[in-house]
Amino acid sequence: MTEALTDEDRAQGIVRCDACPVLCRIRPGRPGACDRYANVAGVLTRTDPLLLAQKVARDQGAMVPFLAGAEGWNGEVVAGAPTFVTGIGSGTTYPDYKPAPFIVAAEHEGFDTVTVVTEGIFSYCGVKVKIDTDRHVGAERAAVRAQGEEVGHVTTAEYGSQMLSLGGVRHLTGGSKREGTVTCDTLLALCNKQAVELTVEGGASMTLGAGRAPVIDGVIEECMRVGCGSATIGMFARQWRDHVDEVIVVDDHITGVLTEHQAGRFLDMRPAGIRVRGRKSTPGRYFQVAEPGSGWGGTDVTDPLTIVEAINPKIAWPGLRLLMVSTTGEDSAWYVLDAACRPVPAAMPEPVRAVVERIGENCEPALATVLFMAGAGGSLRAGVTANPVRLTRSVQSMLTRVTCGGAPVTVWPGGGITFMVDVTRLPDGAFGYVPTPALVAPIEFTLATADYRDLGGHMDHVVPLADVVRRAEARATPWRADNPWPTVPRPGGTGAP
Amino acid sequence: MTDGALATRLVGHRLHLNHGPIDLVIGARGDKAEIERAYAQATAAFPAVLPALVAELPRLRAPHGQPPSGAVARRMVAAVAPFADVFVSPMAAVAGAVADAMLEAMVAGRDLAMAYVNDGGDIAFHLAPGATFDAGIVADVARPALDAVARLDAYSPVRGIATSGRGGRSFSLGIADAATVLAATAAGADAAATLIANAVDLPGHPAIERRPARLLDPDSDLGDRLVTVAVGPLGPAEIAEALDQGAIAAQAMADRGLIAGAALALRGVWRVLALDSAARPVIESRQA
Repeated sequence: MTEALTDEDRAQGIVRCDACPVLCRIRPGRPGACDRYANVAGVLTRTDPLLLAQKVARDQGAMVPFLAGAEGWNGEVVAGAPTFVTGIGSGTTYPDYKPAPFIVAAEHEGFDTVTVVTEGIFSYCGVKVKIDTDRHVGAERAAVRAQGEEVGHVTTAEYGSQMLSLGGVRHLTGGSKREGTVTCDTLLALCNKQAVELTVEGGASMTLGAGRAPVIDGVIEECMRVGCGSATIGMFARQWRDHVDEVIVVDDHITGVLTEHQAGRFLDMRPAGIRVRGRKSTPGRYFQVAEPGSGWGGTDVTDPLTIVEAINPKIAWPGLRLLMVSTTGEDSAWYVLDAACRPVPAAMPEPVRAVVERIGENCEPALATVLFMAGAGGSLRAGVTANPVRLTRSVQSMLTRVTCGGAPVTVWPGGGITFMVDVTRLPDGAFGYVPTPALVAPIEFTLATADYRDLGGHMDHVVPLADVVRRAEARATPWRADNPWPTVPRPGGTGAP
Repeated sequence: MTDGALATRLVGHRLHLNHGPIDLVIGARGDKAEIERAYAQATAAFPAVLPALVAELPRLRAPHGQPPSGAVARRMVAAVAPFADVFVSPMAAVAGAVADAMLEAMVAGRDLAMAYVNDGGDIAFHLAPGATFDAGIVADVARPALDAVARLDAYSPVRGIATSGRGGRSFSLGIADAATVLAATAAGADAAATLIANAVDLPGHPAIERRPARLLDPDSDLGDRLVTVAVGPLGPAEIAEALDQGAIAAQAMADRGLIAGAALALRGVWRVLALDSAARPVIESRQA
């Protein structure tokens, strides 16, 4: 019953799917009976494509943009281009409608490799978010909420950055159903490079997306500090010496005072007698000059003179020139002491302003970055080999390369296969979820064919790469030049060059 | 290009059979060699199923007509026959009928403690004496989570379980998020679930958006009947009213001996049909 579409059908934009004997007629924007094929703007389209990443063609060693500017390239696989099959869309064991993982054989520079491609279901997973800011986003261990549900917490601050730990099995499945669902939604959005809104208990409200500037309490954070206050003193002391008598770099971590600091003394600068608040660490370095906040240098300071505890008139002198500046150069003020040694605001001299601007110039753009972290469990490993522990050992001895949607991962040492990956290195939409709730992420294991046989691999399920490429639903995506090509065998493997 | 029927193994020693819109997940408990033989029987029977259905599709999309000749098609017609008083085509039972037929092919001559064929949530199962089967119930496909578990044992007459409602592949005339039905066969459960989900409704309610089925799928068996495409906010009294309508329909089917139990869900509110006999299954709500 292969009746053709009628003219009326065509006028209505109906397409006929010939993927199976049902021969659905599908209206625009609708799926067929199977939900796998749909009418996308008049084109019959597979809706859950297996993603192939194709390597940029090499031309005499130089990278040529993959079909750069080629109009109308629709993601079709290009014959002959080096191809790596990713786990994206390869199917999981749950929900059960999708096919089992692929085990793909490919040849790389004369050596046979096998890539086992799957989508793992990760209940033990979460993200670590690094927010490049000195602003106080919340106390360590404070709860982080999305849509009112606790989805993680503030963890240890890192250099110039605040860190969040979100997700994890306790929030995904250990709390209420809604907590799990919201946690899953939040992780999924962050992993798929979308922005999420988070609030920290007793702290900031933030909009965060991987690889984008964080928005903290409605303010876009543009740059991360050049260093702590003490480091800033050290970096710019020589440039300031001839133009100032004292510089105080306001910082939530370590506030620096130039003439007391090792750098000022090295330059034989005269002590200025200006004492800042807080707890002295070493000369010219002060902790806790103010409370954390969204003011100067990650403190709650809006008027920098509030951190000046005293000016000793026996040491200071009228006409003393004082620069106060934050660690990003975003905030700065210039003062000259009057006859009573009180600081009076004044116009900042040009050479000083130039150095303040240089601080800003040396700040890197502030970003929120997201690492997905997950552990590959027993059943996932069993899909790779009949003897799962051998896969773990093979990964840990670096005979087997693990990638996540083609992106390189860091495998945590110790038991199991727990890995981290920068989500911006995966193709878009690489992550999914299952009702558990848990995240679905692509994962590929690549190793020499001989090594795969040795570790008890499912050799009878290995299919040639060419057969996978021919599959109707395969969709190609350009290979990211900064991701190493995964089929290059590891040193020490049987297939190593 | 026409895809053929595909058979793959899933982890957990399950079998996945796919052909066009048919996706079966098949599992069994028992002696390993027996399971392998059963899987071989299922795999052998499978490729003929879809072509046979397609050959009789016009008849199966019509509410009345000549008896069809295919084995699965006859199961479909038999499953909807008790509901001649309402509009329903044999397509309302297609998933369940495929599950029943495949289960029968799989267990014939085999000695298995338990076996099941899950056709996209419509499940036929085999239970040897002493065996039990737990079926999870998901209320909202858009926000799937295990909402309830039906525990079935060999003493219960139930061998089929099916869920219908909004969000699945099929259209619904009603607004139920899920209507899960237990019955003697999967085909019977499938047909009943479709009709119970249709009954969970608030006719004429302004928050419910409906469109003729044919505008969404030109080949729909529902023709120009209005199918639900969106449901706006509903108050607690409205939710209760809609569920009441579904419960009345389900109770009528239970009274006729057509179904053994049902659980209806709308907007997180559940209605479980009284299941008091020891021979009947237990449905435990997992709602907090």
